[in-house]
Amino acid sequence: MPRKLLIQNVDVPGISSLETYRAHGGYASVEKALKTMRPEDVVEEVKKSGLRGRGGAGFPTGLKWSFLAKPEGVPRYLVCNADESEPGTFKDRFLMEKTPHSLVEGMITSAYALGVHTSYIYIRGEFFYVARILENAIKEAYAAGLLGKNILGTDFSLDCHVHVGAGAYICGEETALLESLEGKRGNPRIKPPFPAVAGLYGCPTVVNNVETIAAVAPIVNMGGDEYAKIGIGKSTGTKLISASGHINKPGVYEIELGLPVEEFIYGEEYCGGMRNGKKLKAVVAGGSSVPILPADLILKTANGEPRLMSYESLGDGGFQTGTMLGSGGFIVMNEDTSIVKNLFTFTRFYHHESCGQCSPCREGTGWMEKILQKFINGTAQESDVDLLWDVQGKIEGKTICPFGEAAAWPVAAAIRHFKDEFLEIARNKKFVDISHYEKLNGGLS
Amino acid sequence: MKVTIDGIEIDVPKGTTILQAARMIGADVAPPAMCYYTNLKTSGGYCRTCIVKVTQGSAANPTPMPKPVASCRTEVMDGMVVENFTNPEIVEARKGIVEFLLINHPLDCPVCDQAGECKLQDLGYENGLAESRYEFERREYEMIDIGEKIKLHMNRCILCYRCVKVAEQITDGRVHGVINRGDAAEISTYIEQAIDNEFSGNVIDVCPVGALTDKTFRFKQRVWFTKPMNAHRNCTSCSGKVRLWFKGDDVLRVTARKDEWDEAEEFICNGCRYDHKSKYDWVIEGPAPIHRQSVISQNKYANLDEKKLQELKNQKALGFMKIDKKP
Repeated sequence: MPRKLLIQNVDVPGISSLETYRAHGGYASVEKALKTMRPEDVVEEVKKSGLRGRGGAGFPTGLKWSFLAKPEGVPRYLVCNADESEPGTFKDRFLMEKTPHSLVEGMITSAYALGVHTSYIYIRGEFFYVARILENAIKEAYAAGLLGKNILGTDFSLDCHVHVGAGAYICGEETALLESLEGKRGNPRIKPPFPAVAGLYGCPTVVNNVETIAAVAPIVNMGGDEYAKIGIGKSTGTKLISASGHINKPGVYEIELGLPVEEFIYGEEYCGGMRNGKKLKAVVAGGSSVPILPADLILKTANGEPRLMSYESLGDGGFQTGTMLGSGGFIVMNEDTSIVKNLFTFTRFYHHESCGQCSPCREGTGWMEKILQKFINGTAQESDVDLLWDVQGKIEGKTICPFGEAAAWPVAAAIRHFKDEFLEIARNKKFVDISHYEKLNGGLS
Repeated sequence: MKVTIDGIEIDVPKGTTILQAARMIGADVAPPAMCYYTNLKTSGGYCRTCIVKVTQGSAANPTPMPKPVASCRTEVMDGMVVENFTNPEIVEARKGIVEFLLINHPLDCPVCDQAGECKLQDLGYENGLAESRYEFERREYEMIDIGEKIKLHMNRCILCYRCVKVAEQITDGRVHGVINRGDAAEISTYIEQAIDNEFSGNVIDVCPVGALTDKTFRFKQRVWFTKPMNAHRNCTSCSGKVRLWFKGDDVLRVTARKDEWDEAEEFICNGCRYDHKSKYDWVIEGPAPIHRQSVISQNKYANLDEKKLQELKNQKALGFMKIDKKP
């Protein structure tokens, strides 16, 4: 039985209440950290654990925390990024909805480690009902003396606020999130300075993903060294994977990093194999922005080694033959799926969500969508494939924030691995049926 | 701090950006900048035309920066090595950015008042393709009046945010910003509310394209048929140092004085800009310098040096030069 550290209790009735959560060992990390450890000890445990950011970039959390500037007399902030909007990713929502207290617990322990006295949970607008659940959990925590002044009788105080965004993908970019939290238009800031030096209201700020913060609690409980034993190499611990697509059992799974991809897709404990016995065609392994991989490359690396669910193994081969673990949004596609249609959906999303601040992304995303629309209409020419390739290359790496890459990578990967599909449509002028979109969205704009 | 740009080394003070350092070296290495404006804080970083490659971060940490950086918003480090025009990737990337800026631009230069002094024209001329690869409909907006004196032609806008920064920093009570998102974003005063402020006219001067134009000058004259002269007056609101744009003896337009990077040296008030259109209102100092990209009057007095100018003055060849007092 694989170890579960984050969602082991989700099926316990009433786990969203403080009473039940505590009865199942909840808030132990707060007791342990505040009463027996110094803040720097907690940071040290997180460093030892090898925990990496679960939002997508995989940056070592302990290192990020150690960058936090600590000038005298200036407040510091901890901001939880709950603006989970990457298509295919729904792990944070699951965690917050089922066990809201595990996030609150992580917030308290992390804030203690960072010397923070005001913390925010920035949650995406569409998760309004989840915000209610969190607010309720926070209210319970205040009443139990786990938040507010002198937590558990110690001299550590912490306030925690839930801030509901207005539903913009770009506000998941940490500096856009901070702008939005400050009440401004959610445009990414130009870096440097990084949030660790000048973040919320110009003060040093740590922005962490929901899952990252929740993982701090088990790390403190079991010790960083013990946590680091789970997983493989530099990919330590467990990871929530939200699996969707043509599989028998879509859902959120907690895996130990290092699990073979093949076992994840076909194992009864996880996705349970392909639905209706269809063949696997391709997988987007970490949310819509990471490169799509065809079946042979997702199951085995270019060297013929089994592909594992870890930062390193999924990244093996670079973008030529590899991809990224990303946020853990695992989208499985069967043999009937049109990669072009899928790419059109993704690109339409990125066009819609571009903030419009810098030129390559503002103009390029719309251009790519319009070219892909030609493939959907059956009016594309072979030269459009080259144009699409050229346009994505001119967005990638030229923008203020990583949104440009997020929009360009799916296009690049689809062309890299499935160019024939594009060419076939261009040659045969084959119409791609998109009628189901019209049913879903009331027609395309 | 020593920084090397395109193989040329220069010593600059701490806090200098790569763009400023490149401009100190000269126009041959200075990247084009559409959104950066020296006199506007937090401007820059949006248009991405000034991107450069940092091949050595600093002497202490020589690692190259992984992605191209916006030179206008990146401060130099001691021992930094930067490639601009010498790096083919950067040249190619810049072409891409110029193409992006142009795909939704109406290219209506023949009827645009900015033509001849438009930064996008210069940029397109230097980095653009001969033909557009964009085959779709360009986005269109209705024209808007921003107050009595300013016309906003959003079709031409490249969203450089300069005018927004002017509204933020020079005028009080900002009523001007960006609404909507992505490629639907537009400059707006929120329901066409006028910018009611003594310095609002400066949004015209900072606009690199023909999106914001002076309604008192619209369609009066192509700029290359006008003669820019530096002049001043005693003004209680601003420095009173301006540039007058003459056609014969008539002052068609008053703008701020711009430096060789096409940036206003000092912002001027609306009184000077709109209400003093007579040459008798001004003390005329002399012809404005003509810069490298200017199409204005290359044959009129571009190549006149001081000595020749003095000669001409003595010969009364430039009649209006004599005017330095109200009659």
